[in-house]
Amino acid sequence: MAVQVRPAIDGWFVAEDGVVALLGAQCTTCTTVAFPATKVIVCPNPACDGVEFRRLEMGRRGRVWSYTTNHYAAPPPYVSPDPFVPYSVLAVELPDVDLTVLGQLADGASIDDIRVGSEVELTTKALYTDGDGVARLVWAWRPVADASVVPRAMTAEVSP
Amino acid sequence: MTRQVVAIGAGMHPWGKWGRNFVEYGVHAAKAALAEAGIAYTDVQYVVGANTMRNGYPGYVAGATFAQALGWTGARIASAYAACASGSQAIDIARTRILAGLCDVALVVGADTTPKGFLAPNAGERPDDPDWQRFHLLGATNPTYFAFAARRRMDLYGATEDDFAAVKVKNAAMGALNPNARYQKAFTRDDVFASPLVSDPLRLLQICATSDGGAALVLASRQWAEQRGITGAPCIAAVSTATPTYPATTVELPDIATDSSRVVAPPARGFRADVIHQAYEEAGLGPDDLDLAEVYDLSSAMELDWYEDLALCPVGEAEKLLRAGTTTLGGRVPVNTSGGLGAFGEAVPAQAIAQVCELVWQVRGDAGARQVEGARVGATANQGLFGHGSSVIVTR
Repeated sequence: MAVQVRPAIDGWFVAEDGVVALLGAQCTTCTTVAFPATKVIVCPNPACDGVEFRRLEMGRRGRVWSYTTNHYAAPPPYVSPDPFVPYSVLAVELPDVDLTVLGQLADGASIDDIRVGSEVELTTKALYTDGDGVARLVWAWRPVADASVVPRAMTAEVSP
Repeated sequence: MTRQVVAIGAGMHPWGKWGRNFVEYGVHAAKAALAEAGIAYTDVQYVVGANTMRNGYPGYVAGATFAQALGWTGARIASAYAACASGSQAIDIARTRILAGLCDVALVVGADTTPKGFLAPNAGERPDDPDWQRFHLLGATNPTYFAFAARRRMDLYGATEDDFAAVKVKNAAMGALNPNARYQKAFTRDDVFASPLVSDPLRLLQICATSDGGAALVLASRQWAEQRGITGAPCIAAVSTATPTYPATTVELPDIATDSSRVVAPPARGFRADVIHQAYEEAGLGPDDLDLAEVYDLSSAMELDWYEDLALCPVGEAEKLLRAGTTTLGGRVPVNTSGGLGAFGEAVPAQAIAQVCELVWQVRGDAGARQVEGARVGATANQGLFGHGSSVIVTR
């Protein structure tokens, strides 16, 4: 039986055909971007009167702004694995949208490969298994295998 | 003459893990502040409570809760919540009302009883609340954010774990002289390094605990105070509660993402520095005027960020200031003479008031063994969740 997977949250990221992207909201008036898209009511730029937004798949690569490894379990609503294993959280600057977003380090990646400024890319990880036995996914960051490769154009705009 | 607001009394209930009703700590602190002021509670025209979110309904209406516990007098009230800046917001409301001439004397009180362990979001499933989601999706505890700031100092400015430990050792030595501090112990570098890693590179002894405690101030117009023979009371020269300016590009609790600087360039001055800058402007003073500061050392590393936000040194040079002894007792600008959050632990609604209490005692020359000689001007620096921050300047 195939393992069922679902995002741990709707509308924050897409993961289809191996392509993972965070979903921002782009103001159709001033073109600024906000994440998560779900929080936007009016344009967050106070000088803009924009009220309409298009969904924007934000860059899949970024540079590490900072990082840490947590050695104690976070309290609920975090679902901590039992037994506890230390987990790492990164803050990553996305150059295509000029904002910084947090995310956990991907399973199998080592925090020893991370420094401020390291290049990382998006993937997903299973955050927990819910009451129906469904693995709930969250976006995660992993070091770019070959950081010398010039990243391709990082922004893809899709119809709203 | 311009109307001035002075602090005629300051009081605390000692910080600890007492496990009693927060109202008790608030009342104790209020009575201590009134006794110091030498006025009767029935003289108070305005009561402001700083709210607590973890003690049920009485905590949400703290002004009324303290007023009722002290005995109803018909005084006007307000209750303020601004996360860690709640106490400053309460001071701001009282001070502004006095400056407006709507009252002459006000009592400001904050107190809390806290649960053990990490501060966690309030109960219930709230997917639209970033404070809930950062725990749910990322396990991003408060120390996670503190560690981000610490790591950046290491990777960008060459800070070391020894520097962070040195802040803890410095503040613990001063906290050991403070009868209101929870930890009156002069921790050593070895103690710090022997404590467990919480969020790398920060260890348990470098992260502020959550505490029970209470603090209160009696504020009055200078004229009202002097008519009652109270002279030389310290002046609350400025209260800044500035919010960030778009785009806010530093990762801050509890947000999962910053604003984008794609369309609008980031402001020249970051959020925390701007909070303090606005306080300096309001007081007509600058960093060279400071004799001491009380800063929100949620982690020992964060104290170093504040040196730069206070403009005591350029960005990236806080470690130099620390290593030179500038910020310890006897240095040019002692920071956290009270012992800071490291020695107190955080009692959220009381903490920003407690910072001001320390400045009041210092500029009056009543700080005992931790007195900064000749202190005339002090500033507080504080930051709370959701764009709250504050800075209060107290002058002799």
